[in-house]
Amino acid sequence: MAPPDPRRPFKRPAFSDQQKRRDISLQRQAQNRRDAQHQARCLALTTMSLQNDSAATPDPQYEHSDPDFEIEPEAAVKDRDFDVREAASLRGREARRWFAKQLMLPEWMIDVPDRLNSDWYVCARPAGKRCFVVSSNGVTVSRLRNGGLLHRFPSALPNGARSNNSNRSGQSYCILDCIFHEADQTYYVIDMVCWAGMSMFRTLVVYNCDQEGLKAAYTGPVSYLKDGLLFYNKHAHYESGNTPLVLVWKDENCSQYVLDTDSKGHIPDQQQVVLELLDDGRLATLDDPPVIFGCLDSDFIQKTGSQTGELLRFSINEGALYFKDGQLERADLNYLGKPNRARAFADSYSKVMFQYAARHSPLRIEHLLASIESSNHQETSTDADMLG
Amino acid sequence: MAMEVTQILLSAQSVDSTVRKHAEENLKQFQEQNLPAFLLSLSVELANEEKPVDSRKLAGLVLKNALDAKEQHRKYEFVQRWLSLDVSVKSQIKACLLQTLSSTAIDARSTASQVIAKVAGIELPQKQWPELVGSLLSNVHQVPPHVKQATIETLGYLCEEVAPEVIDQDQVNKILTAVVQGMNANEANIEVRLASTRALYNALGFAQANFSNDMERDYIMRVVCEATLSPEVKIRQAAYECLVSIGSTYYEKLAPYIQDIFNITSKAVRDDEEPVALQAIEFWSSICDEEIDILDDYGGDFTADSDVPCYYFIKQALPALVPLLLETLLKQEEDQDQDEGAWNLAMAGGTCLGLVARTVGDDIVPPVMPFIEENITKGDWRQREAATYAFGSILEGPSPDKLTPIVNVALGFMLTALTKDPNSHVKDTTAWTLGRIFEFLHGSSVETPIITPANCQQIITVLLQSMKDAPNVAEKACGALYFLAQGYEDVGPTSPLTPYFQEIVQSLLNVTHREDAGESRLRTAAYETLNEVVRSSTEETARLVVELVQVIMTELHKTLEAQKLSSDEREKQTELQGLLCGCLQVIIQKLGASDPTKYALLQFADQIMNLLLRVFACRNATVHEEAMLSIGALAYATGLNFAKYMPDFYKYLEMGLQNFEEYQVCAVTVGVVGDICRALEDKVLAYCDGIMTQLLKDLSSNQLHRSVKPPIFSCFGDIALAIGENFEKYLMYAMPMLQSAAELSAHTSGADDEMIEYTNSLRNGILEAYSGIFQGFKNSPKTQLLIPYAPHILQFLDSIYIEKDMDDIVMKTAIGVLGDLADTLGSNAGALIRESLSSKDFLNECLSSDDHLIKESAEWARLAINRAISV
Repeated sequence: MAPPDPRRPFKRPAFSDQQKRRDISLQRQAQNRRDAQHQARCLALTTMSLQNDSAATPDPQYEHSDPDFEIEPEAAVKDRDFDVREAASLRGREARRWFAKQLMLPEWMIDVPDRLNSDWYVCARPAGKRCFVVSSNGVTVSRLRNGGLLHRFPSALPNGARSNNSNRSGQSYCILDCIFHEADQTYYVIDMVCWAGMSMFRTLVVYNCDQEGLKAAYTGPVSYLKDGLLFYNKHAHYESGNTPLVLVWKDENCSQYVLDTDSKGHIPDQQQVVLELLDDGRLATLDDPPVIFGCLDSDFIQKTGSQTGELLRFSINEGALYFKDGQLERADLNYLGKPNRARAFADSYSKVMFQYAARHSPLRIEHLLASIESSNHQETSTDADMLG
Repeated sequence: MAMEVTQILLSAQSVDSTVRKHAEENLKQFQEQNLPAFLLSLSVELANEEKPVDSRKLAGLVLKNALDAKEQHRKYEFVQRWLSLDVSVKSQIKACLLQTLSSTAIDARSTASQVIAKVAGIELPQKQWPELVGSLLSNVHQVPPHVKQATIETLGYLCEEVAPEVIDQDQVNKILTAVVQGMNANEANIEVRLASTRALYNALGFAQANFSNDMERDYIMRVVCEATLSPEVKIRQAAYECLVSIGSTYYEKLAPYIQDIFNITSKAVRDDEEPVALQAIEFWSSICDEEIDILDDYGGDFTADSDVPCYYFIKQALPALVPLLLETLLKQEEDQDQDEGAWNLAMAGGTCLGLVARTVGDDIVPPVMPFIEENITKGDWRQREAATYAFGSILEGPSPDKLTPIVNVALGFMLTALTKDPNSHVKDTTAWTLGRIFEFLHGSSVETPIITPANCQQIITVLLQSMKDAPNVAEKACGALYFLAQGYEDVGPTSPLTPYFQEIVQSLLNVTHREDAGESRLRTAAYETLNEVVRSSTEETARLVVELVQVIMTELHKTLEAQKLSSDEREKQTELQGLLCGCLQVIIQKLGASDPTKYALLQFADQIMNLLLRVFACRNATVHEEAMLSIGALAYATGLNFAKYMPDFYKYLEMGLQNFEEYQVCAVTVGVVGDICRALEDKVLAYCDGIMTQLLKDLSSNQLHRSVKPPIFSCFGDIALAIGENFEKYLMYAMPMLQSAAELSAHTSGADDEMIEYTNSLRNGILEAYSGIFQGFKNSPKTQLLIPYAPHILQFLDSIYIEKDMDDIVMKTAIGVLGDLADTLGSNAGALIRESLSSKDFLNECLSSDDHLIKESAEWARLAINRAISV
């Protein structure tokens, strides 16, 4: 055998860019894997925490629907490493925001999406309170969109009561995204966050969003009071926060509450919006990234005693939203005051725009039907081109 | 039983390819039909003095190839095949081989030596052929020189084939004695001395005990040193090769000899012929390697115990060694920079000087500076180049405090030299030195910046200008720019390179289009620098990076248009596609990392995917690794939308998973499966049967490189997490594999560092699989299916905890698995968890860890366990 060639790398850096590409790729994959696991674990911690604080605060006075319910901090684990525990030790508005973030929030339909008939489902939305229903450790808890406790009760959900489901693991739990329909005291399940077998909950009838499906959801009889239609994109997964993959739409025929009411239940003359005050004085919607409606000067902020992060209510002067290239450019706003402190967050852009359109040129059921009709035509006529 | 094979063997070497192929076919048939007769016939042919040397030699080679193969699995197969042969056949073959050592034909003898060593490599570990070493040793004493030469050569090959522990010390002593005596000046025959010196090189690994004995070691060292003075150049070279090997194998025994070795090596470097002088320099380079390793292990903590102490040979030799090496720098060859394979005294000396600098640090600067100052302005290009090369060589090792003031003075000079020096060799070395300056003295970790707003523009202008110089100079300029960009990788939101970004990119693209970009690796260097410029770019230039996507796509498109390529052109096309796909990957990853730029990228997703699919399609069997990496990055960026590409892409994914030979491709593809799982989530289900089948095949194969197995296990976890309880149907296959791998990796006793590192990566893969499976099944009514596996998994966690050799990554994953198991199985596993060591000692250890990630996973485990055992 010949001894190794004594030749050494000459004027060559001791690295290879190809190896660097591989390594960076592996690092990214490892990070993505960690994130995916972390997410799965956080979801579990959410239920633990929800269950913990309801179990640890049996004070009956909180068992009524009190939207301003504040989470008891002592129920929380002290360590701040997990965001769920951070959330559990938060108070008031911050806590509500954290819980609010866990729900998937539909956007309002301001334009008809493409391929409505092939990519979407539709159902009639019940009127009521949007809430999370969590069953765990032998009890079921419902929480409002703002994080406040709605009910605590035994249920047939997995581990939702002390005695049921003896064949199941004691650790099973389930999280449902529901609307609580006051009149018949029923939770209507609009989505499942975690698996569940539903016996005392009603599911909604969901249609393919073709001509027949849309008409059925729009005019068909249901056992509950209708409040608009919900559209689900077939490719959507449950994700928290605002999503354009679930849309809500309503008109006077399928909802009693098309235009927003004020705290007294009256429809105000001018459209009202709730916006968040950012640290630089700008007024932002709920969206990420936020849409900016305007800017307050420091005098005004001082005069009204407003603080960064606070929500403020404004009215919009008639016809006073200005657009350029489809983007909001400017809005003429009048300050009204601060909203009810149960409010967890500002209005979303799509909600403001839907309300604005509802007052000026609403998106009508005819538009939706026409869109389905025309995409039917397109699909048949463009088939041949798609091969190219 | 033996058959006449002479004519077939001669025909197999015919110039006529038809005759040759026919003969090869005949040999193959014979081997398949009757292996014992085939092997015996070959050995008889080899031993027969009447036969032509050509057929004898080929007979020996065919025999050797039937005993050994490069691929591990085939090698194993051949070993088993030989061992199962009839004993009498094997005896006859071995007798023929030993007989051939006495042949007068050197080719026959030499071939027989190699075959004997191969047979010994199979039989000695099985305690078979015990008389071999004895009979070889008796040959050494009794016979004519040519037989002695062949016998000693055989002993050398044998030492190469067999592990030291297989041969008992008594026989080792006898082998070494025979070999060292053969090297001795008393041995009259030159061929015997040369064979002995070469044999010693292989036998050194057997001499552990002998090197611990002062007298024996002295004797061996004396004989080796004497051989470096032999009148025969080949013997001197072989003796230095021994000395180099002794330097690294027995570093800690060298102290008594180092002064003598310095004397003989410096004489060799100054006066001997080049092959010998190169080995003499290599001795000092390898001593540097040793001391760099030892000092690395100390980690700057000089009170710590190290297995081997540092004797600071280099530091002690410095006053004499540095001048010796500096002298060699002036012995350049005219065109060495254009010749890829060149290796001469100046190159070896400069490389050694660089290693010396890394070994001694600041101490290198004072003895080298006068040489630089004296020569750098001289009229003779050799002096200017040597001075520059010396400067470039000492930039790694000394502290920035020591170097920065010098570099600040030198930088302007270097930039001028790079534009104005009339000699291309000097410019090449100058550009390389600039690259070293930026590599070691520029970046966020360096306190005093070398590159300032005052000189940044000039540096860039000069480098871009040099990219139009000769290919070797331009390639070094690209390299310098690479490190310049790298230094700004974590610069923050604004980069000093932003104003020049467009100009830099355009210049690099121009370089890739140069007619002569194929020379000196220039095109590769330009694309790699482009990659680094993109990686280190900021939001400020995101728009320009988006434009670059289109440029690279156009280039890639052009490579796909070429028709009817010769094999040479095809190879070039493949190489270029690799570079372009690499560049696309870097861009996709860069733009995909933040939301606004991701959307800008995604408008091209369809086009990119289409191009990548065409790249796959134009290579038949093997999948382009770079294209695959790009796909992974694209899947991550597109998320669920990647589903629409799957029908067309799937077959290439499968091909990549089947690529055992190029295991890197296989490994990269496994990673891409993970990306796709995370992108598609349960939409990946439709493809999982195929993917899982392939992954399970990969794991069962003994052909696949072991480094791919850990990522395959991790990939099980990715799949389970994506498809949840649908993983049910794979449990019966995946779980036993995980379990047996877990058993194998639970204990590492007696393994070396490399093996422990591999074992930990395997453990991590297994644990990630378990994590993904538990998380995937959570809240499913099928959770019950996992209960039977829990005892084993907890036992695995306990045993790796007891073993105390897991790294931080494994620790973090392991404690996380404990949490996942508790979370998913809950009270069903409560009792088991309570009993396990992991839920107590291991968990507590992790909870008090300084490592944030371990602590986080441990907190998770604690919560999940509390809940599981409280119910």
